[in-house]
Amino acid sequence: MLEIRNLHVNVADQEILKGLNLKVNAGEVHSIMGPNGSGKSTLAQVLAGRASYEVTEGEIIFEGKDLLGLAPEERACEGIFMAFQYPVEIPGVANTYLLREALNSIRKYRGLEPLKHVEFAKLAKEKMGIMGMPDNLLKRSVNEGFSGGEKKKNEIFQMEILEPKLAILDETDSGLDIDALKVVADGVNALRNPERAFVVITHYQRLLDYIVPDFVHVLVDGRILKSGGKELAFELEDRGYGWVEEEAGKAVNN
Amino acid sequence: MGISFSKEDDGYSKGFEEFRKDAPGNGMLWMESLREQGIRKFSELGFPTPENEDWRFTNVTPIARTTFTIEKNGHKQVAPEALSRFMFPKLKTIRLVFIDGTYSPALSDLSDIPEGVKVMSLDSALESDEGLVKKYLSKYADFSEEAFTALNTAFMQDGGFVHIPRGTMLKEPVHLLYVTGKSDKATITNPRNLLVVEDNCKAEVIEHYVSLDEGVYFSNVVTELIVGENSSVGHYMIECESMKAFNVSTLRVEQGRSSNIRSHSVLLGGAIVRNNVHPVLAGEGCDSLINGLFMSTGRQHMDNYMKVEHASPHCDSRQFYNGVLDGRSRGVFHGRIIVHKDAQKTDAKQTNRNLLLSDNAQIDTKPQLEIYADDVKCTHGATIGQMDENAVFYLRSRGINEDAAREILLGAFTSGTLESIQIEEIRTYCESLVAEWFARRKGGTESDNDPR
Ligand SMILES: Nc1ncnc2c1ncn2[C@@H]1O[C@H](COP(=O)(O)OP(=O)(O)OP(=O)(O)O)[C@@H](O)[C@H]1O
Ligand SMILES: [Mg+2]
Repeated sequence: MLEIRNLHVNVADQEILKGLNLKVNAGEVHSIMGPNGSGKSTLAQVLAGRASYEVTEGEIIFEGKDLLGLAPEERACEGIFMAFQYPVEIPGVANTYLLREALNSIRKYRGLEPLKHVEFAKLAKEKMGIMGMPDNLLKRSVNEGFSGGEKKKNEIFQMEILEPKLAILDETDSGLDIDALKVVADGVNALRNPERAFVVITHYQRLLDYIVPDFVHVLVDGRILKSGGKELAFELEDRGYGWVEEEAGKAVNN
Repeated sequence: MGISFSKEDDGYSKGFEEFRKDAPGNGMLWMESLREQGIRKFSELGFPTPENEDWRFTNVTPIARTTFTIEKNGHKQVAPEALSRFMFPKLKTIRLVFIDGTYSPALSDLSDIPEGVKVMSLDSALESDEGLVKKYLSKYADFSEEAFTALNTAFMQDGGFVHIPRGTMLKEPVHLLYVTGKSDKATITNPRNLLVVEDNCKAEVIEHYVSLDEGVYFSNVVTELIVGENSSVGHYMIECESMKAFNVSTLRVEQGRSSNIRSHSVLLGGAIVRNNVHPVLAGEGCDSLINGLFMSTGRQHMDNYMKVEHASPHCDSRQFYNGVLDGRSRGVFHGRIIVHKDAQKTDAKQTNRNLLLSDNAQIDTKPQLEIYADDVKCTHGATIGQMDENAVFYLRSRGINEDAAREILLGAFTSGTLESIQIEEIRTYCESLVAEWFARRKGGTESDNDPR
């Protein structure tokens, strides 16, 4: 589904990703872990298409298409969704308005009729219920005045409505209490199916108790230094990231 | 036929001699004397220059150097259908229409004026209610330092006269529609509105400036609004002049005890626009809302001058005034708050937010607080910024294309500014004007042209 080859990315003229490779197949859940500033969010933003992140080398193929040639909205329409580490507040734009516009824009791209107001309202209500969000969050301005937890839930709620093929969750678990974490994980697990893939960025093994990954990757200084199964997450939790770097250093020296 | 002002120094004085002969109120000594004081003051002051602190950001040379003509009684025939787009859908109003400065009974609609309420042209009011007019006219709009107000006082032509007696809830808003027609000369009008609302009343008045043609002309407006005790008045200034026109408007409000006013300005047209809003909170416990949205493009220049005077204790004023600037346009927000010595417990707040849509647009924003009382709360804040690119990206990442994303964010900004307009039909009409502005912008015809 997704193949990233030798990706180099500059942010503000500084190289952040330094030759990253990653392959994600449909149906898989990949977790990316790594120290602060290692480039996890950079990867997520590049996948979503933020222009200020400059790709200097490498390629990203999504379902046979050159992803880097597509605008952010085209990527969304092709089925990519990124849950922001820091969701943006948009005063004056109602949450429900954003979502209906987004959904209908994606439907149009796929040659589907727009959803009628009532149909959309029904869909939104159902998904709100799953996320345990109060109805008034729909009418309020996007993320404005939302608590940290509400913002994160709102991201997952959007994902539920838009039903992407590939979802990238950037630290959606950070700042959530255990109940909210379970709600978020349930939301993700409900969408898991053989056609859909997830890239879950996190600092904490805790989330992976609820969203069990097929693969865990360690991102350090712009490169994936180690990949493994879910047990790698436990090891990282116990031992930190230093040993991964040492091991990789040795591998280079040998 | 008309009277022309040459651009030479005494052009206006010469024109005045011609104009006064059959000007409204001719034969009434007090009116003649008022006009004379006006022209004398104007000759003395001349057009303001940027050395004048109140005009620092606005150069009126293009107005000063134009030769204007006053159209007297020569107004063209205008079909009622030509005005339909200036009407508020689903809103019945009491309407006075002025074509090139002259009242048009045929286009006006005075069918629903309640008993005791007076809505008529100022010219008629001078005939039928001279005493009332004399009591209020020019008692508030001071022209000792205001050249444009002096000019208007000398040449005041016609305008709306509204008198609402004690205890009246006026159901239908009064709509004062000023239309400038096609002309091969640059014309000037000096509309003068006198709005007197007595105690315990509620009323809404709309001033609306439009044109049928994209010509050069000058609307020099003065409005005096006197609000009695415990009354609530909404005032709307909807300015949609030609992109080559000049509009200088002064709204002077005198507020009685426990009164509240809601002043809304929506400015979209004009090459040079100056909007003066000057409420004096004269009685105790008044409330003033001064709300505005100006949107400029091309080479438009829009100057918004607020002068909120707290003269009594326990009054609240709120200024929420925002601008959207595109093309090479320039905006000014000058927000003065004056708190007089006795105005203890004043609560005055001012915010001015500006959205720049182009690198070549420019805004000068200047708060000016003059506080002579010691127990007051005054806050002000201004922001100038581009559109939030994080928000644009956020919307795009959800599948909304870039143009639509920008339009949604712009719409949120403008709607947020118009939100406080209580009369839904008026708000909807203003929203539709903004939508037209967006559509023209999208058409891409305006950002490059030069309206002057
Ligand atoms: N807009 C920017 N301008 C300059 N530097 C940036 C910008 N965005 C990110 N960086 C830098 O790029 C590096 C990688 O940042 P990134 O956000 O991808 O890290 P991360 O792995 O997501 O970290 P965290 O775990 O803290 O979220 C950091 O050093 C960061 O300071
Ligand atoms: Mg991050």
